[in-house]
Amino acid sequence: MQSLKKTQWIGLKTIIRKEITRFSRIWMQTLLPPAITMSLYFILFSTILGPRIGEMAGFDYIQFIAPGIIMMSVITNSYSNVVSSFFGAKFQRHIEEILVAPVSNEIILLGYVVGGVCRGIAIGFLVTLVALFFTDLSIHSYTVTFAVVLLTSTLFSLCGFLNAVFARSFDDISIVPTFILAPMTYLGGVFYSVDLLPSFWYQVSLFNPILYMVNAFRYGMLGHSDINVTYALLAIVTFVVLLTIICLDILKRGTGLRT
Amino acid sequence: MAFVSNIMIFNPPALQMTNLRKTYRGRVTALRGVSLTVQEGDFFALLGPNGAGKSTAIGIISSLVLKTAGEIKIFGVDVDKEFSRAKSLIGVVPQEINFNQFETVNDIILNQAGYYGIDRPDAQKRAEKILKQTQLWDRRDEISRNLSGGMKRRLMISRALIHEPRLLILDEPTAGVDIEVRRSMWKFLTDLNKSGTTIILTTHYLEEAESLCRNIAIIDKGEIVENTSMQLLLRKLGAESFIFDCTSSISTLSKLGDHQIRKLDDHRFEVTVNQGENLNTVFEELSKSGIKIQSMRNKSNRLEELFLGLVAESA
Repeated sequence: MQSLKKTQWIGLKTIIRKEITRFSRIWMQTLLPPAITMSLYFILFSTILGPRIGEMAGFDYIQFIAPGIIMMSVITNSYSNVVSSFFGAKFQRHIEEILVAPVSNEIILLGYVVGGVCRGIAIGFLVTLVALFFTDLSIHSYTVTFAVVLLTSTLFSLCGFLNAVFARSFDDISIVPTFILAPMTYLGGVFYSVDLLPSFWYQVSLFNPILYMVNAFRYGMLGHSDINVTYALLAIVTFVVLLTIICLDILKRGTGLRT
Repeated sequence: MAFVSNIMIFNPPALQMTNLRKTYRGRVTALRGVSLTVQEGDFFALLGPNGAGKSTAIGIISSLVLKTAGEIKIFGVDVDKEFSRAKSLIGVVPQEINFNQFETVNDIILNQAGYYGIDRPDAQKRAEKILKQTQLWDRRDEISRNLSGGMKRRLMISRALIHEPRLLILDEPTAGVDIEVRRSMWKFLTDLNKSGTTIILTTHYLEEAESLCRNIAIIDKGEIVENTSMQLLLRKLGAESFIFDCTSSISTLSKLGDHQIRKLDDHRFEVTVNQGENLNTVFEELSKSGIKIQSMRNKSNRLEELFLGLVAESA
């Protein structure tokens, strides 16, 4: 009998391969729409609105918002990949294939999260390519840029996993992205610097976790952030650890998966 | 049981359930202390009416249902203590279709192999072997939702066998499939059992249990109401009824030797034969009366009668 570690490793590779195959197979639904939507943002803000707005924090407007738009794509796609894939597996009951097998809860979670991260990064890369048609982008800090992309996509993959576990219908998996995630993203400093906000709304914005991710990523690319980058990275890591613990506890209890 | 020199080694049972209890959150009690042992190599039937607790028991064994209390050992491996090892010993074919309907047959099998730690090249070889056995190899690149009902059932069996489990549990595997497919599945399962795989089967087709299984347990309202060998169980049924179809009228007939008859219509009658009796006198009397028999058949499945009797007793 082969070692348990090898069994788990092969199990992990299988889940990741399955997840990547899934979103690649339906690229018309998963990869193309965000690229088109973000292209529209770039067209709108680079040619029509951008020149009228002028500079923001010392950068051309389109250059200022490009990191935010890339980050917005990473967030929504890593979230929606895990929530739709895991809920779909629950709905069709083929999640039972994994649950009856000797795959540990840690590996199940890691497999789905890596799937979400891969889609988040793939979309982030595509949107960056689109952005290059409209503005010059350089990377101020490779370490911060990649750390933020990796951590943010991990965090939202975990959020998607949680949503999928508790969801009972397809409505339940669209509520969070529509009513929570989208407003938080749009109000998370993607299109503006929070320094422009009145004091009260500035303070309110500080409770929005997406503000930290967008600004940390903007720092990685442009070298500018409205928020202390160290605090931002610490906040993201803290959320990732917290959500991982919660997800593993839920898997251990079997909530939403085992009766 | 195996012999090594002069030492007798007792193999642990394939399945040992001890005092298994399950109460769902809505306070519905599905299992009330079920204890059951299935020996290695057995072909075992678990029967019961709808809602009796069969699927709950299988769900607990396969870890899809969380037990309230009790202990399960698979070939001596405690499911609670050695979760992964115990799981790799079992293959489960659930009642309802539960594979990804958008994946190909081959992908479903290869993914399942991966979850059991079988690497890709080995998994591909195993997939070819098992899909050929279940006559799905030619359909390996087909999207699974396009398969017929019988093929879907065979796919579920193939998937459950890809890691070569020592214990295969089938929850109503032939439900909704036509007779031809059912018969071919019976043959496949019989051969599999002969090759050493222990099989536990739940079914609504009592004929299926009677012709395939050596031992049987009947569960009702979360309790085992019978647990014995199929032979002993059928022996419990003292009498058997036959229906005769005759070519001529039987209006003058009232008795056949020592057997009482019950006329069903002008050409059909029913005879009940008790244990130890035979049908010879019936045929002799019919010949004397000049009545020719066109056909003869069992009134109903014997096991079905017994099953209904046992379930009625426990009500």
